[in-house]
Amino acid sequence: MSGVKIAVIDYGVGNIKSICNAFEKMGANINVTREKEDILGADGIVLPGVGAFPHGMKKLLSFGLDDVIRQYANTGKPLIGVCLGMQMLFDSSNEFQDTKGIGLIPGKVEKLPVLDDYLHKLPHVSWNEIEVIKGHSNNIISDVDGSDMYFVHSFYATPDSFENVLSTTNYSGFEFCSTVKKGNIYGCQYHPEKSSEQGLKVISNFIDICNSKG
Amino acid sequence: MPGSVELKMKKIRLIARIDVKNEFAIKGIHLEGLRKVGDPNDLAKNYYESGIDEIIFMDAVAAYYDRNSLSHIIEKACADVFVPITVGGGIRTIEDIQTALNSGADKVAINTQLIRDPDFLKEASMTFGSQCIVASIDAKKVGDRSWEAYIDNGREPTGKDVVKWAQEVQFLGAGEIMLTSIDAEGTRKGFDCELNDEVAKVVSIPLISSGGAGNSNQVVELTRKAKVDAVALASILHYNVESVGAIKKNLMQNEVLIRL
Repeated sequence: MSGVKIAVIDYGVGNIKSICNAFEKMGANINVTREKEDILGADGIVLPGVGAFPHGMKKLLSFGLDDVIRQYANTGKPLIGVCLGMQMLFDSSNEFQDTKGIGLIPGKVEKLPVLDDYLHKLPHVSWNEIEVIKGHSNNIISDVDGSDMYFVHSFYATPDSFENVLSTTNYSGFEFCSTVKKGNIYGCQYHPEKSSEQGLKVISNFIDICNSKG
Repeated sequence: MPGSVELKMKKIRLIARIDVKNEFAIKGIHLEGLRKVGDPNDLAKNYYESGIDEIIFMDAVAAYYDRNSLSHIIEKACADVFVPITVGGGIRTIEDIQTALNSGADKVAINTQLIRDPDFLKEASMTFGSQCIVASIDAKKVGDRSWEAYIDNGREPTGKDVVKWAQEVQFLGAGEIMLTSIDAEGTRKGFDCELNDEVAKVVSIPLISSGGAGNSNQVVELTRKAKVDAVALASILHYNVESVGAIKKNLMQNEVLIRL
């Protein structure tokens, strides 16, 4: 089971220590890297990220990592994006200005609508349930249907195809896609590495997928 | 899927606040008269395992001495605590924030430096994203429904009205506000519900209420009187008044939504 090689993509944004710790705790060998060979040679890769979409994309582009990630995706090996890392897998975002994403999942990123700003604040900072879409339960979200995960975001990603939605989450009366999958490409809007035991379960599910593909 | 209009209530986050001085977790009253209550990492791990939603480490003396020294505690904590970690106390510069994040913190709480230089807040939230900047406001009651913001861990008055200052930090880019009532802090006599209500009414970013929690009924009372998003707990946990599990159970029985 153990020994799966996971590359965590280092593009100079935010705290990646926690995500490394969580993957290590679940038995993965972690390599924090921005080197093409390391990334293409990994059994699985993690695209972390917090902060604003344009800043994140700018950093990725500055290291030429968008190309490397697309090349990796073509190998069919698993990739997971977390929070901003998930959003950047989409075609584009309108945070501050229209910005192109990596474009691995058709769809776009938009601001969360808030129906009542007295009851529901932005950013959406809270534990919130993920509801697994029927037929998708045997996946990275195996055994976590209905679990509370930790969210910190003001924007959300909408896949063009509902087929790509693994789970949804309701905030302020609005349902958005909280876990996404297109082939070997996965993403979660919440932070599994900050979501206690249930989040660690998502990480260990992803590691299992990397193992079975390797 | 989008378009549904079921308005669900939000879940209140329970945060363990661990004030640290010279390697020890400490607890004061009105932010003064500090008493040792244990090892900060042992406490954090224990609270995590009993179901706490988040941890805040505050360097209790950093602002006073112009330093920040919690890095090694954060590094150790984030190896076995898989919920969000905030660090505060003595954060002055963009480099201080970077150091805290590199150590494994998810957010930083800043008070004194924001008062001294409000543009610092703008710069910090532009650099790291507002989600990682918690504006920490220490409030002291000065009249009927009127509070003044204090800095240097409750020692220095600033002349700023707390409610106005809360609006200003939101405008400048704070992602959350941690509001500490100096009057209630450490007393275990309950939160200053009026203070929390006045601030909650004027901000549209999440509000963490800190200071005064002595039992879980007071948390229930606070959530009924003020629309706070999170509560910081210290004495109640450090002195084993109630466990995280017991607090959550009581909140659930009183229909306060929480993470199970």
